[in-house]
Parts: sequence; structure tokens; C-alpha cells
Amino acid sequence: MKIFNSTISEIIKLHDNINLIKIHSPEIAKSAKPGQFCNIKVSDCNFPLLRRPFSISDVDGEYIYFMFNVAGEGTKLLSSKQNGETINILGPLGNGFNFETEFKSAVIIAGGLGVAPFPFLTKKINNKKIYAFIGGRSENEIITHGLENCIISTDNGSVGFKGNVVESFKRYIDKIDLGNAVIFSCGPTPMLKAVQDLSLQYKIKCQLSTECAMACGFGICQGCNIESAEEEDKYKLVCIDGPVFDAKEVKL
Amino acid sequence: MIDLSVNIGKLKLKNPVMLASGTVGYGNEISNFTDLSKIGAIVTKSVSLNPRKGNPPRRIMETSSGMLNAIGLANVGVEKFIEDKIPFLQKVNSTLICNIAASSIEEYVECVKILEEQDTVKGFEINVSCPNVKEGGLVFGNNPEAVGKITEKVRAVTNKTLIIKLSPNTASISQFAAVAKKEGADAVSAINTLVGTAFNIYTRKPVIKNITGGLSGPAIKPVALAKVLEISRNVDIPIIGIGGIMCWKDAVEFMIAGASAFELGTVNFINPNAGIEIIEGLKKYCEEMKINSISEVTASYIL
Repeated sequence: MKIFNSTISEIIKLHDNINLIKIHSPEIAKSAKPGQFCNIKVSDCNFPLLRRPFSISDVDGEYIYFMFNVAGEGTKLLSSKQNGETINILGPLGNGFNFETEFKSAVIIAGGLGVAPFPFLTKKINNKKIYAFIGGRSENEIITHGLENCIISTDNGSVGFKGNVVESFKRYIDKIDLGNAVIFSCGPTPMLKAVQDLSLQYKIKCQLSTECAMACGFGICQGCNIESAEEEDKYKLVCIDGPVFDAKEVKL
Repeated sequence: MIDLSVNIGKLKLKNPVMLASGTVGYGNEISNFTDLSKIGAIVTKSVSLNPRKGNPPRRIMETSSGMLNAIGLANVGVEKFIEDKIPFLQKVNSTLICNIAASSIEEYVECVKILEEQDTVKGFEINVSCPNVKEGGLVFGNNPEAVGKITEKVRAVTNKTLIIKLSPNTASISQFAAVAKKEGADAVSAINTLVGTAFNIYTRKPVIKNITGGLSGPAIKPVALAKVLEISRNVDIPIIGIGGIMCWKDAVEFMIAGASAFELGTVNFINPNAGIEIIEGLKKYCEEMKINSISEVTASYIL
């Protein structure tokens, strides 16, 4: 992890409000692991002051990709960047997914922009059977870019199964060999909590990629604490202990 | 050759750049990004007698050119600090100042007594101004008698450099600086964060679980400069300036306003190498202004 001034190569529009930014950053591309993130300074001035954490969405040769929607001032500035502009990136940060254990199938459960880290993971586990449960409120929140074997659900039923992504997955519980599977999940905290409960109930191995407001991203500000399920007397930090946690490790 | 060294009481620093408590942890994480051996001094995350879990989430939020935090002095406690953190800090060729937090006068004294025996620790910064804990912190920082008592009692058990970190959340900061001086402090550092809050307009709840937090970053720089100037004009004690320094120009401003040295805080979260960049900036400023020693800049204001 270091700080780099990297060049923006392209901003690709995946949906009305969802972008994929491609950045030339050989050093980060070389060392990044799926599930890790980078902390990006979107302006050269004191506004916005803090860096913005983005999950590494994909790596291709010397290029890295981040998926983002325009949610606030920071992402608005990011979306208005031009090709060839440089951007200051601190990373890669955090632990990433553990996919080097013995398992046969990968169950991806992602809500909304929670799909962000999965194109990269999908690439790394292409020898496994993948089920990608992708959910959103409506059709325009469904992103399948870089994913395989997607099973789609929407809250309003505009595409795929009508209901949330956890209900969508539940329909498959008897159809997937869950004893040899690992769940990889990312999305809004209530969704993660439902995935966590389900994984504990059915004793399925499960890794949750959490999200939290943070300042530094490397353990000094202590701003991104999360309740530990193992130790009562101290918190874990999303930035250095996570952002990916085993479902048994944290209280959501 | 420009002399960047400065004196804080009897402590000589190779340059006036200090890294503020709570923004460098215990040195190891930030050392991935910067050469700590070039930094004047490192002030540790507050250490208390016993470990503290700190406040529940959410602890931070960004504001206009600033941020609110309510970490609540989460730390490993003095015993673990000595066991786990000092060995790394020992290897860093910088000056180590321990920031001490406590809920009672006795706890400050006990904590300083234990650390007094550590040769690596060159001084103490006494945190009487944390806005984010129920006991201690501002309860002391708002009361000149309490600050006087703490300074007196801690002074009695240490020969190391003693710095009292002052709160801006008071009517007259120079009154507190005067008390600290009278009871034997070598310096004061100013300012700690300003109490602030923010609401979510849809849930109508405070964004930060602790309800209020401490405001830091460039948003508070003008306030901090005014407080440093106030102390400088009223009390003859070395001042360590803190508050929203982002670059060398900000740092020079603090020195002009009266600071002998300064601490970098929030900027470390954004640019963990800022300290080194500021040292380079100070050198160029001195060359340009034909200044031989950076200490000439201290309190050089023309009013």
C-alpha cells in the first residue's frame, strides 16, 4: 500500500447512474486482491476534505477499475473527471476475500452497488461453480457487468424474481451443495445481516464485505469501528481488520 | 544551512513538525507512507491507565473542509503500550511524546509515573481537553483549578517535558495557559478539537452516536490561530500550534502567531506524508525570506 498519482483512462457508463472508472495503476494492479479497496482523493483542494473509499472492482493487466454511483459531492466530482486526468489513490487497503480455501461452489449475494468487488473475484475463482444472486430495488439497479451465472431479483419485480436478494437465494438452498460452498456477500448492512443470519442458521461458510464511513483507511483514525462477535472489550476496524469479515467475526 | 531545530522547554526537536495525538496511532501504520525519522516529534494516541474500548459506531463524519470525530480515547492501556508499542517507537529515530488521558487526577499521575521510567518517552502531553468522553476530558479542561491541580501533580512525578493540551471550548484559553505555566508546565499545545454536531434530517438523529464530536481540519484553522495568538500575547510559555494545518504555509502562519512548533492532525488521514512535505516547504520559505533559524519566525507577528 502506497500513494500513487494515477491516470484515468476511461469512465464507462454502465447504467444511468452507475459508472466504471478505468485507471492506469500498474503497482496497485499487481498487488491487489479481490475485496480490497482504495482510498481516493477526488479533488486537489480541501473540499471534499477526506478521501473516498472504493472497492476494487476489477483488475486487467496494468489497469484497475472502480464501480461507483453518483451519491454525493465526492462521486459527482469523480464522475466529471476527464480521460487523461490524474487522480491520487492510496491503496490497496484491507484484507480482501479469502478464496484460497477448499470449496466447490461460490455463492455471491450482492445488493445494489454491492456487486462492485465481484467482477475481480469472479475472475479469480473461474474454476469453481459460481451462483451470483444479484438484487436491487428495480431493474435500473441491477448490474451484472463482469459476473457469471446471475440470478436476478428486484423488490418491485421489474426484472427477475420479485423480492429481495436473500429471499431469492433461499429458493436455492436445497439445490446447491452448501456443505462445499462459500458465500461471498456485499451490499447494504440490513442485507448483510440477513445473509449472516442465514449462513449461521444453515452453517454455511460466509464472508461479508462491510462498508463504513472512514477517514484514513489504514488504521490510524479509528473511525470505522465495528462490533466484534469474538471479543467484547474491543472493536474491530473495517479498514484494517476488514472490510471482509467471516460471518462469525462481527456483529452487524 | 538553515536551522530548523526548535526548543520546547528543555527538549530540542530537529524541526517543528510534530504529529498530533490520535492521528498517527502508535506510529507503525503511518510508517508505511512516510519516513518518521525525519519528523520532529510523534505524539502517541492517548494512553490511559487501563485499556479503553472507545465509543460505539458511528464515530466520524465529514463536514465542510473538516471532520467530526468521537472516538472516545480507544486505546490499549499503558501496560500493553509499553509491551507492544514502545519497541517499534524505539526504533524510529524521532522524539516520542506520550499523550495521557485519564478520568481522575490520580490516574494521570499513575500513568505518568509508569511511563517516566521509559527512556524512549521524552515528554508528556496531558490531554485535559478531549470533548468525547463522559469523565475526564473537558470536565477538567473547562476548569482552571482542575488544570492547575493536574499540572502540579503530574509535574511532581516527572522530569520530562510536560505539555498541557488545551481546549478551545472555553471563554479564555490564555487563563488556562497561565495556570499551566504557574504549575510548572514546559509548554502548552493548542487547540484540541471544537465541540460540534450534525443531524440526519430524515431520521432527525445525530449522525455521530456520541451526539457531539470534535471538529478538526482546515475549517478550524482561523479559530486555532486566534487562540495561539491570544496565548502568545498574554502568557510567556512555549506554544505548540494545532488546528487544520494542511501545508507548509499554514504551518508558517501558526509560527508567526506564536507557535514554537506545530502538530499535524487531520491531514495525516489524507496525506500521511504531509510532515515531510511541510519540512521541505519550511526550508524553501526560510531561504526565500533569508531566515537562518526557523525559531525566528515564532511570534514574529506585526500587529
